[in-house]
Amino acid sequence: MAVQKLPIAKAINESLRKAMETDPKVLIMGEDVGKLGGVFRVTDGLFKDFGEDRVIDTPLAESGIVGTAIGLALRGYRPVVEIQFDGFVFPAYDQIVTQLAKMHARALGKIKLPVVVRIPYGGGIGAVEHHSESPEALFAHVAGLKVVSPSNASDAYWMMQQAIQSDDPVIFFEPKRRYWDKGEVDTDSIPGPLHKARTVRDGSDLTLVAYGPMVKVCLEAAAAAQEEGKSIEVVDLRSMSPIDFDAVQASVERTRRLVVVHEAPVFYGAGAEIAARITERCFYHLEAPVLRVGGYHAPYPPARLEEEYLPGLDRVLDAVDRSLAY
Amino acid sequence: MTVESTAARKPRRSSKRTAGAGARKTAAEPELVQLLTPEGERVEHPDYDVDLSPEELRGLYRDMVLTRRFDAEATALQRQGELGLWASLLGQEAAQIGSGRALRDDDYVFPTYREHGVAWCRGVDPTNLLGMFRGVNHGGWDPNSNNFHLYTIVIGSQTLHATGYAMGVAKDGADSAVVAYFGDGASSQGDVAEAFTFSAVYNAPVVFFCQNNQWAISEPTEKQMRVPLYQRAQGFGFPGVRVDGNDVLACLAVTRSALERARRGEGPTLVEAFTYRMGAHTTSDDPTKYRADEEREAWEAKDPILRLHSYLEKAGHADAAFFEELESESETLGKRVREAVRAMPDPEPMAIFENIYADGHALVDEERAQFAAYQASFSDGEGN
Repeated sequence: MAVQKLPIAKAINESLRKAMETDPKVLIMGEDVGKLGGVFRVTDGLFKDFGEDRVIDTPLAESGIVGTAIGLALRGYRPVVEIQFDGFVFPAYDQIVTQLAKMHARALGKIKLPVVVRIPYGGGIGAVEHHSESPEALFAHVAGLKVVSPSNASDAYWMMQQAIQSDDPVIFFEPKRRYWDKGEVDTDSIPGPLHKARTVRDGSDLTLVAYGPMVKVCLEAAAAAQEEGKSIEVVDLRSMSPIDFDAVQASVERTRRLVVVHEAPVFYGAGAEIAARITERCFYHLEAPVLRVGGYHAPYPPARLEEEYLPGLDRVLDAVDRSLAY
Repeated sequence: MTVESTAARKPRRSSKRTAGAGARKTAAEPELVQLLTPEGERVEHPDYDVDLSPEELRGLYRDMVLTRRFDAEATALQRQGELGLWASLLGQEAAQIGSGRALRDDDYVFPTYREHGVAWCRGVDPTNLLGMFRGVNHGGWDPNSNNFHLYTIVIGSQTLHATGYAMGVAKDGADSAVVAYFGDGASSQGDVAEAFTFSAVYNAPVVFFCQNNQWAISEPTEKQMRVPLYQRAQGFGFPGVRVDGNDVLACLAVTRSALERARRGEGPTLVEAFTYRMGAHTTSDDPTKYRADEEREAWEAKDPILRLHSYLEKAGHADAAFFEELESESETLGKRVREAVRAMPDPEPMAIFENIYADGHALVDEERAQFAAYQASFSDGEGN
């Protein structure tokens, strides 16, 4: 049964299992990842099958988790670390930025740091503070890290395989509100490169670029726009570092309009980088300035307000209309 | 600032257990393990001992003298503008050589940026340490060549790396041990507390070797702790011991014991080597602004090299020829280091883009190409 219909959380679980079966050096570490199987059950069943030596319930200390994962990687292990929620990664930010990202360069390439840091991220689940954030730009800004986020079950499975196989540290952002979205996973297929974007809907009037949880919103927006006779292309970026600018450029050269959508605040966000680069690359193709739809320069709001804060179908369509009006 | 120094001159000779968690002493009379007094008298300790041949004793002396010579040369090279910065280990030779010589080849060391003596014990060429201080790299040596990790500048971070590495050692079923070096200032860092927790929980074979040199740049230990540091271990569930950090024999004995404990699967130990930073924090620092000369003078009387010198002479373990030969070896080392640094080339500009990722990165490739084109734009096409 090479093709299975799996929710994203289960696809990641299957991918972790596969990696652990394939490579005895792969370890799972994090808070509650053992017996409980993680607060989102992404590591469900792994403790039972691989034991506490490989599925490690850690003390409640994120810097300690990442710091010891670095030490384990130096010893030849390939730790896959879970940070329980996006807003809890900051105690580990120092280890990630000053050590994990830079140690390979510090050693002039003589050592490798194959560590995957999994972070369930983004809002839309009605959570309390610190459980709904999108800090990906804070990691993409750091040389030495790779940053990816799947939007569907198949990518979740294969991108996790590739992240674990990577000899570089990978920050793996998991769209937590899509954990239960099902999709087909072909575990026998041959995946494309980890850091390539994918066009998930063809169109000719405008390009929407998104990643992670916003891909679904953009597909819905494109379908709604279709009813009004607008042909919208949707590109799933998949990787925020590096960014596949060639793919975005190729799309924009055809559609001549670009709107970037992410949950993270637009200020200094991935959209700003994409807008700058695409303006540089496609200046004479663009019919409108690159527009961005995303979070505001405000703390992530209380759950009762998150529908107002998060980019939804209407806000995406509003930006599409504004772009097409040029 | 009260310097907790008096006991170092009055070694305890009683059979009473002096080290370990829970000992209650006043700040003026610290518990510490000592085997060689500042006057060079060999003393007994109920829990720790070393049995070294004259040759081994001379070896420790040689290590300390050469390390101090290397350190002095590096300070001089900074003053001459050959290095941008130097972090001197002056005064801490016994702590570093004693602990460093306790290690086996398969053990692994995670240093701060001041472990020049430990590097020496691990067989790291001293000139390798100077690249980062000259500004030609950020370290650059292969940690696995000598099981000596890169210098870590962010205070305390390496204690977690050491703990994780030790967890890996235990998973491998090996009987190697790991040493995390850090200082009194680092003991305030959360990472160090987390390393203590993780190592205790997983019973990791790691020795936390703290050189309490009394000063974190300008801040005395009173700004870092309210109880003697070694006592902190008890709260994490493993033993702590304070050793005379200027006594190379005691440092060797205590570290060896902690390493053996780790190898036996009994988990971590905290060693607090009570020592003194005789020089400035780095060549950019000015200790006259925050500490008194008298304090330094008091510690000069406890110099780690002088006391072993006295003992070697008194015991008849070394003759004048040995000391003369060592003097000559020191000068040769100083000259070699000096020449190596002066000959150390600046890296090529394109090195900025090297070794950022093991598997490559599209943006790095793009920026490297842009930079190369920009550099080439200055060429007139005639090789100029």
